[in-house]
Amino acid sequence: MIAIVDYGMGNLRSAEKGFEKAGVEGVFVTPDTERVREADGIVLPGVGAFRDAMADLERTGMREVVVERVAAGVPLLGICLGMQLLGSMSFENGEHEGLGLIPGVCERLPSNVKVPHMGWNTVAYPQASPLFEGVEEESAFYFVHSYHLRPESAADVIGRTEYGVPFASAVAKDHVYGVQFHPEKSSEMGLRILADYGRIVHGREAS
Amino acid sequence: MLSRRVIPCLDVDRGRVVKGVRFVEIRDAGDPVELAAFYDAEGADELVFLDITASHEERGVMLEVARHTAEEVFIPYTVGGGMRSAEDIREMLAAGSDKISLNSAAVRDPELVRRTSAIYGSQCIVVAVDAKKVAGRDRWEVFINGGRINTETDAIEWIREVERLGAGEILLTSMDRDGTNIGFDLPLTAAGTSAANIPVIASGGAGELEHFAEVVVEADADAVLAASTLHYGKLTVRDIKEHMASHGIPVRL
Repeated sequence: MIAIVDYGMGNLRSAEKGFEKAGVEGVFVTPDTERVREADGIVLPGVGAFRDAMADLERTGMREVVVERVAAGVPLLGICLGMQLLGSMSFENGEHEGLGLIPGVCERLPSNVKVPHMGWNTVAYPQASPLFEGVEEESAFYFVHSYHLRPESAADVIGRTEYGVPFASAVAKDHVYGVQFHPEKSSEMGLRILADYGRIVHGREAS
Repeated sequence: MLSRRVIPCLDVDRGRVVKGVRFVEIRDAGDPVELAAFYDAEGADELVFLDITASHEERGVMLEVARHTAEEVFIPYTVGGGMRSAEDIREMLAAGSDKISLNSAAVRDPELVRRTSAIYGSQCIVVAVDAKKVAGRDRWEVFINGGRINTETDAIEWIREVERLGAGEILLTSMDRDGTNIGFDLPLTAAGTSAANIPVIASGGAGELEHFAEVVVEADADAVLAASTLHYGKLTVRDIKEHMASHGIPVRL
């Protein structure tokens, strides 16, 4: 079972339906920490403000559950804001601590380009990842964001995109994954990534 | 590199697509969800549903369309038309729309743009501007109520204003060119894109492949809207994108 964490941010229907369309079974949306605790995979979606999202995860006890399950080996996928939350800290309207699963800080995109970065942009893959199995090189994905995560270690970067500056558009550290774009809004290639994540989760269950 | 987007626009009346879409591949050409899925498969980057339902009592039908689209279509989509209050906008976003578009409502109540972009984020608030050259005045003015009322507001000033209020994108339609098939209004689009620091979608007048590349190259449009040329099967999304690519414009193919 894969839990999409509902922490009051944004519309989660598309993510749930995207998994369904991609053929991944047993995906459900829940705000319930107990159901997340029992899941074999956790998806952290999100649009909105970093601070509000962290405050909500904290208040509901979801932060503790997510960190604890990741420590136990459960694969995590952060989408958009969900990827930024994986970092150590964000400078979005102040300074806010993140989940600290991928060392790095979130910074605003440079001012020489239109912000938010909105639309389809290509992703290059500095290293192979099971998350991009079957995804063609230089495929485009749908982005909507004003901040981006800058991982401390290049080893954690599995996707790179150019917008004003080159930035990490996908990260992975062990079984923690994050994508800055919206796979559930990126048509066929996006759904392939959801299918890949499903395989990562279910492959681990089987082994 | 960031792609320039090609966006089909569907007019929906009481839950049915009007302006006859003629494709043999489509089982039910009036079904917005089926058409949306068709355009997704064809390579459309986004979709716009323009709700033209006149009766307020039947407006709930569009919420159903938005809900079903979220289940079947995996590209972003915008719903415009008829939303007047923050509550209307909240409902439409909750139904699954990625963005909503405001036209007359933004003119009547500019605070609505500010309030809703603060709550939901600029990225989901699009302001649609219907602009027209008025005889004797060297500027474009903003028309509302489907082009029936001239607000006598300078369209370019209005674009700057809604950006300040928090709009995340401008859907700029030339009323002079709409329905003519002679090409986008390049001076209007260029004036819009140079005034705005947010993306501008060019709309109105496209009829030939060349028009789509031209408005990007010459007027810096971030996206192009296409309606009748696509629906009547004259051009496909793929034709438009391949043509744009042949002019060195980055597109998602």
